Amino acid sequence: MNVHTKTLLVVINASPYRSTRARDALDLVLTAAAFEIPLTLLFCGDGVFQLVADQRAAAIGHKDLAATLPVLPLYDVKRICVEQAALAERDLDPAQLLLPVEVLGSAEAAALFHHHDQILSF
Amino acid sequence: MNIAVVVYGSPTGSPASMSAYRYVCAALELGHRVSRVFFYGEGVHNATRLAAPPQDETSLPECWQRLARSHQLELIVCIAAALRRGVLNDQEAARHGRDASNLAPGFELSGLGQLADAALNSDRLITFGGNG
Amino acid sequence: MVLHTVCHSPYQHGALRQCLRLISAPAALLLMEDGVYAATRAAAELVAIEPAIEIYALQADLDARGISATLNPRVTPIDDRGFVELSLHCARMQAWY
Repeated sequence: MNVHTKTLLVVINASPYRSTRARDALDLVLTAAAFEIPLTLLFCGDGVFQLVADQRAAAIGHKDLAATLPVLPLYDVKRICVEQAALAERDLDPAQLLLPVEVLGSAEAAALFHHHDQILSF
Repeated sequence: MNIAVVVYGSPTGSPASMSAYRYVCAALELGHRVSRVFFYGEGVHNATRLAAPPQDETSLPECWQRLARSHQLELIVCIAAALRRGVLNDQEAARHGRDASNLAPGFELSGLGQLADAALNSDRLITFGGNG
Repeated sequence: MVLHTVCHSPYQHGALRQCLRLISAPAALLLMEDGVYAATRAAAELVAIEPAIEIYALQADLDARGISATLNPRVTPIDDRGFVELSLHCARMQAWY
């Protein structure tokens, strides 16, 4: 029987190349997963651009984070969620993102903030 | 209750560091425990001992150092974010062949595990984000 | 109860808009730093926020910007200690930046 551990919601709200935010979020997620913290990710706003397939970050001298994201389900990240409104206004098809995601309407996405013990935002 | 604070903006790049500092001061004045201040991303620039702002400007690196001395505050700087930005202690400067170090006294370089630990063990996790 | 903080101006940054898409009661919204520009009567965003959500603005940031006198009636100014107490009263915090 596991002792209750705090659950963590990581909110990812930034586009992939504006700063180190995308990298910092991913590093934190991997660390938290190694600590066996039950994790949910919510990609919202411009954060959904991190999930676009076929990114070639080397063209602008960036490391390719898109190569790491698909392994997240293997790290016991419980849920990888995406804000449906963010996808729609950016004309992104959830079926063509670089990993399988749970698409949430506004009410469901808003509910995530109430159902986790701690929140970190990037 | 114990509070952990995450500082994710640099002293000059956004108001985040000053907001975080004021929050921590207020929390300590109210008698609450601030278990850790974790500096991540651009926040690592709060930990330099080389900043030399004009006398009539606030030096946040010095503010944090004074607070750490008076309250035994744990000031943790994410080592990966720090190395990336050139905030190094003696050990890392030697390891990376750099001819100088600049980590201010009172700050400690450590891994993201300290932030994960804060998420697990603090009652409140308060983030101050910047302009990145 | 969730504390949401917004630290950017609504006129130039999407942080408040993104927050308002995902904030739901029980919650409190704290406008701070340039986010206090949304706390004046001029900014239209506050009208659409459901009444159950408490809205606060950090006094020091209002004073710094010279806009304390134009506060929207829905907004309660709080000082730094009030911010701490609010953050402890709420169970968790989301920073929009």
